[in-house]
Amino acid sequence: MDNVVFHVADVHKSFAGLHALSDIDLSVTEGETHAIIGPNGAGKSTLLNVCIGRLKPDSGSVVFDGNTLTGKKPHEINQLGVVRVFQTPEIFPDLTLLENVMVPCLAKRDGSFKLNWFKSFRGEKSIRDHAVETLVDVGLESQVGSHASNLSRGDKRRLELAMGLAQKPKLLLLDEPTAGMARHDTNATIDLLKRIKATGMTKVIIEHDMHVVFSLADRISVLAGGRIIAQGTPDEVKGNPKVVEAYLGEEQV
Amino acid sequence: MNSSAFKDTLLLVVFATAILTMPIWLKPFGAAYPDLMQRFAIYGLFAIGFNILFGLTGYLSFGHAAFLGVGSYAAVWSFKLLTMNVLPAVFFGVIVAGFFAYLIGFISLRRSGIYFSILTLAFAQMCYNLAYSVLTPITNGETGLQLTLDDPRVLDAQAAAGSIPGTTLFGIPMTGITGFYFCAVVLIIGFFISMRIFNSPFGMMLKAIKSNQNRMSYTGFNTRPYLIWAFVISGMYAGLAGSLLAVTDPLAGAERMQWTASGEVVLMTILGGAGTLVGPFLGAGLIKYFENIFSSFNEQILHEAFAALPDGLENALVGLTSLFVGEGWHLTLGLLFMVIVIFLPGGIMEGVRRIGSLFTRSGSKAKSESSTAPEAR
Ligand SMILES: Nc1ncnc2c1ncn2[C@@H]1O[C@H](COP(=O)(O)OP(=O)(O)O)[C@@H](O)[C@H]1O
Ligand SMILES: [Mg+2]
Repeated sequence: MDNVVFHVADVHKSFAGLHALSDIDLSVTEGETHAIIGPNGAGKSTLLNVCIGRLKPDSGSVVFDGNTLTGKKPHEINQLGVVRVFQTPEIFPDLTLLENVMVPCLAKRDGSFKLNWFKSFRGEKSIRDHAVETLVDVGLESQVGSHASNLSRGDKRRLELAMGLAQKPKLLLLDEPTAGMARHDTNATIDLLKRIKATGMTKVIIEHDMHVVFSLADRISVLAGGRIIAQGTPDEVKGNPKVVEAYLGEEQV
Repeated sequence: MNSSAFKDTLLLVVFATAILTMPIWLKPFGAAYPDLMQRFAIYGLFAIGFNILFGLTGYLSFGHAAFLGVGSYAAVWSFKLLTMNVLPAVFFGVIVAGFFAYLIGFISLRRSGIYFSILTLAFAQMCYNLAYSVLTPITNGETGLQLTLDDPRVLDAQAAAGSIPGTTLFGIPMTGITGFYFCAVVLIIGFFISMRIFNSPFGMMLKAIKSNQNRMSYTGFNTRPYLIWAFVISGMYAGLAGSLLAVTDPLAGAERMQWTASGEVVLMTILGGAGTLVGPFLGAGLIKYFENIFSSFNEQILHEAFAALPDGLENALVGLTSLFVGEGWHLTLGLLFMVIVIFLPGGIMEGVRRIGSLFTRSGSKAKSESSTAPEAR
């Protein structure tokens, strides 16, 4: 029943001689939550950059749902249902929280371009309701009308998560979603991600917090020095001596 | 939602009323004559359109005067070849300017920031130079494009021999106050359209592009067509303004395309408040009003003004102030602009907002004082 929907095949990427990614092979099945862990600078964010078209790999390909993502523009990749939440919050600081979430909803409904200049944005009732609902889901309902630039860093991350979730992605790529969050916000985010998992959404999640990883992941890939050094279920990875050496040597879990 | 729709309608009604009653309320300011009021309306449109690009997307074009000039030429050609009716002239002014804007925008929008600005500036200067050189058959070079006796005007009935006809709207001559009202109605329509754009999903996308363009791509938007459309729409507004200049005075010259004219619309927009609905119009009105006053001063008027002073002092003062008036009016404009940008970076509209919040704050303070007073007792 292994239905692979997301496949990273033999990806290489180097920056001026620095091998940020080598020989990356990764398969994610439908509905799976796949965690990528590894020390700082291992190339985790670079891998996501390659997946969403921010960077072009030197070789190799990324395929999602039968579509080759490599060579496609970022907006085309998003329109295929692949949504990324960034490590440093990428939001619209000059817009309100509600607008921040309504804008992605419009991308989902109207496609990558529509000259919709005569209708009222505020009059988009169903989009608006859906955006408010999503903001409630991430726990930002009390600040719907305030400007995104006024949020704390943790709240900005939750806002960006809401922006991603509002698009009902087929594949959600999360880059350290709980970094910079207070403990109880982290727990709220884990609960939210568990609920999302129950809907069957396929996810790739980069995470430092082992508590988060082990409570969410179906499978784990360990990245170190741009290579995948181990892959498997949480239990398999936990017991792998290479992982203990490369990863746990740096930071005690 | 209903209250915001109501606010929009209210704003439109207030704006339209203010424009249509200009001949009355501008009297005390000595500005209630058609020629000047027309300029308020025309440059107001120019700035309102410019603001759709600059105010919403943040892309600063330094070449919009090119579209103004193109609109003028297209309108005058419509007067020469087709008819003295202003509607086809306005139509062609808008369409041809929009086409030019598409070409220039298509290339310039490959870059952003300062590189975009420089590309637009370079294109506008190219248009300006071409109008004086290769394109003289179309632009009539330095003389400027004018109406002549032997223009075909194929759609018009044969006019009385020996006279050049004036512009009309189905027979109503577009001179004096009628000409102003025509421009005023076009301005109100232009303002209405700009308001719709501001409040539309399209307008929100432009604001989001200004806020974080990268995010827009990763959110699934192709930002390029959004920017090109914003550029074309603002170019069409410029063409509209240019054609109205030709309606009120049917001739077109290349000096309208000079970079100083492009710079002027930037000043108008920033002075009034970029990104606000009414600000650009206010900025345009203010600049055209002061231009009218300051540039009409000459040394003789200054000598009369300072006549009561001793001769030496009089000459010194006249020498100093004459730097700022007449031809030197741009010096005054520069100073005014610096003061605004330094003390009110949001332009006149920010000033209005600050004064407004001052009132509401002191108002609510007074209220809270009166409500705490009984408790104190
Ligand atoms: N755009 C870039 N240009 C040059 N070097 C980069 C770039 N992006 C990432 N790197 C380098 O690649 C390595 C992997 O970075 P990254 O993927 O961000 O690691 P992490 O696993 O912490 O997310 C680091 O050494 C980083 O300095
Ligand atoms: Mg990273």
